[in-house]
Amino acid sequence: MKELTLKSERARWEKEVLQPFLEEHGERKGRFITVSGEEIKRLYTPEDVQGLDYDRDLGYPGEYPFTRGVYPTMYRGRLWTMRQFSGYGGAEETNRRFKYLLKEGETGLSTAFDMPTLMGYDPDHPLADGEVGVEGVSVATLRDFEILFDGIPLDRVSTSFTINPTAAVIYAMYIAIADQQGVPRTELRGTIQNDMLKEFIAQKEWVIPPKPAIDLIVDIFEFGIKETPKFNLISISGYHIREAGATAVQELAFTLADGFAYVEAGLERGLDLDSFAPQLSFFFNSHNSFFEEIAKFRAARRIWARRMREHYGAKRPESWRLRFHTQTAGCTLTEQQPLNNIIRVALQALAAVLGGTQSLHTNSYDEALALPSEEAVRIALRTQQIIAHESGVADTIDPLAGSYFVESLTDEMEREALDYIGRIERMGEGSLLKGVLRGIEEGFFQREIARAAYEYQKRVDSGEQVIVGVNKYVIEEDHKPRILRVDPEVQRRQIARLNQVKQERDQAKVKAALAGLRRACERGENRMPHILEAVKAQASLQEIMDTLREVYGQYREPAMF
Amino acid sequence: MGKIRVLMAKVGLDGHDRGVKVLCSALRDAGMEVIYTGLHNTPEQVVRAALQEDVDVIGISLLSGAHMAIFPKVRRLMDEHGLKDVLLLGGGIIPDEDKEALRKLGVKGLFGPGTPLSEIVEYIKREVQQRH
Repeated sequence: MKELTLKSERARWEKEVLQPFLEEHGERKGRFITVSGEEIKRLYTPEDVQGLDYDRDLGYPGEYPFTRGVYPTMYRGRLWTMRQFSGYGGAEETNRRFKYLLKEGETGLSTAFDMPTLMGYDPDHPLADGEVGVEGVSVATLRDFEILFDGIPLDRVSTSFTINPTAAVIYAMYIAIADQQGVPRTELRGTIQNDMLKEFIAQKEWVIPPKPAIDLIVDIFEFGIKETPKFNLISISGYHIREAGATAVQELAFTLADGFAYVEAGLERGLDLDSFAPQLSFFFNSHNSFFEEIAKFRAARRIWARRMREHYGAKRPESWRLRFHTQTAGCTLTEQQPLNNIIRVALQALAAVLGGTQSLHTNSYDEALALPSEEAVRIALRTQQIIAHESGVADTIDPLAGSYFVESLTDEMEREALDYIGRIERMGEGSLLKGVLRGIEEGFFQREIARAAYEYQKRVDSGEQVIVGVNKYVIEEDHKPRILRVDPEVQRRQIARLNQVKQERDQAKVKAALAGLRRACERGENRMPHILEAVKAQASLQEIMDTLREVYGQYREPAMF
Repeated sequence: MGKIRVLMAKVGLDGHDRGVKVLCSALRDAGMEVIYTGLHNTPEQVVRAALQEDVDVIGISLLSGAHMAIFPKVRRLMDEHGLKDVLLLGGGIIPDEDKEALRKLGVKGLFGPGTPLSEIVEYIKREVQQRH
C-alpha cells in the first residue's frame, strides 16, 4: 500500500510539477555523472532503498556487517589518526621532519621511502642515480634506521611504512630498532604496506615475480602474528589503483579481491584464518565525487565482513572488520592555481571522515609541483584538525546513514564491485588468489584501469568534466608555491655512509646470514628470521634483495597500453 | 609524409605510468604510430629503441623528480647517435626553473599534469612538420 502511494505520488509530481518546470528551464547538463562515470539520478526517494533491511544491511557500529563503522563509538571515543606521510633526503632530514610533525600534534608517523629503497637498490646502484632521497628517505642499512628513529620511542608512536617489494627488510629493521631500544616486539604498533598485488596491478614497484612475492608476504604473516601482534602486517591498497586511473568501483573491487587473495594465500600456508585476518588493514583513496567516496567506504566494510564470515568462515569479529587508512587523491591536485588544492583536499578529507576512516593523510597543496613544503604540510594537517574539532561531523556516528541517495549508492557500489569480484573469481576457477594472479599476468587489471583513465581524460578535454583552474576559470598565473629541494649531496652522503658501514661490519656474519636466507628460499622455509639476522649484521637492503633476485629472478612487466 | 612515429618511454625507477599510457592512447587515436617501452628503462635503452624504430619523436614521462639527471643524459646520447633531428619531449612534474634549463638543452614540450591531450597532439604534429 505504502509502496503504491510512493509510486503514484512520484508519478504525480513528475507530471504536474517536474515536467512543466523542465520544459521551461531545463537542466544544466544532459547527464550527471561522478568522476568515475557513474550516472547520478535527479532524485532519490524511499523507492530507491526499498530492499534495504536495517539489521541485515546496516546494523550497529562495531557489529557485523560493520556498514556503519568498525567501532561502537567511532570518533566520539577516539578521533582518527592524523598521519602525514613524510620522508625525504637522508635519515637525518626525515628524523627532523618526524619530530616536527609530532610537535605539531600529529599522532602517528608515516614514512615515505625513495625509489631505490622501494625497489631494492642501494644508493650506489646506477639505477639510483638522481633518485636518492628524492621521493622519500633513503635507507640502505640498519645504520640509516638508527638515525631515522633516533629519539623516537617506538613503544609510544605508531609508524606506518609505505614499502612493498622490500617490506620484509624494512619490517626487520623496525624490529631491530625496537630490540635496541628495549621495546618488546609485542608492543610495536604500525603498518607495513607490503601489498605486492596492487604493485603488479597499478603502482609498478617490484623485485621478484608475483608468486614468490606473495609467498614472502605470507612469511611475514606467519612471523608477525606471533612476534608483533599489534602491528598491521599488510595494508591492502586501493589508493594506487585509483591514482593509476581506476574508477571508484574498480578501486573497491580490485582492492577487496587482492585482500581475499591474501586470505586465500594464508589459508594455503595452513595459517589459522582468525590468527592473521585481524592484522590485515586497508588503504583507500578519497577522490572528488563526495558521496560516491562515502558510499565506497561503507560498501567496502560490508563486502569484506560478509565474505570473511560467510565464504571463508572467519569466527572472530576482528576478522570481519575492515579497518582502513585514507589518503586524499594526489591525482586531483592541480599545478594551476595551487591554493585551490586546499579546498579539494578538505572535501576529500571530509568524505573520508564521513566514510569512517581509521587514519587519514591529507595532501599538501603544492604536491603537483614537487615535494611539499613545511607550510603546505601544516595546512594539510590543520585541515584535518578543523574537520575534527570545528565542523562537528565527528560527534555522531555515520551521519549519512539513511540518506536515500547514500544508501542507494552504497548498494550500487557493492553490486558493481561484487560483479567484478565474481569475474576475477571465475578467471581463477573459483580461487580469487589464482584469479588475481592470472589477471595480472594477462594484463586484465592494467587494461581496465588504462581504459578508465583514458575515458576520464577525454571527458576532461571535452570540458564535460570540469576541473576548476584547468579547463574552466583559468587565469594568468602569478602565484607559485615555494618548493622543497633535495640536495644532490644526499646521494653522496648516503653512498659514503653505506661504504663506511660495509667496511666496519663483520663480513663473516653478513655472509652467513645471506647464505641462511638463500637456504631458506631453497628449502621453502620462512625467510623472516634470516632477513632479521641479515639486517642486524648490517647487510644492505640491496644485498638482501639480490639474494632473492638470484633465487627467483627480477620481474619485468609486459609493456601495454 | 607517412604516419608520425613516436617512442613513449619511462626511464629510471619511476612507476607512474597513468599519464604516459593515456597519452599513448591519445596519440594512437590521432593517427600516430606509437611504441611504448614499458617501465624501468635506462637512457641507453631508450635511445637504442629510438634508433631501431626510426622514430620522429621520443617522449619521456618522469614524475620522480629525477628529470635533471635523466633528460640531459638522453639528449647527449641522442646527439651521439645522430638523432639530432628527433624531437625530444618531456612530461611530468617539472618545476619552472628546471624547465628553463631543460629547454636550453633541447628538451621540448615539458607538459605538466593537466595539459589537454589535444594540445600535445597538435604540438607534436606542428613540430614534426617543421622538421621535415
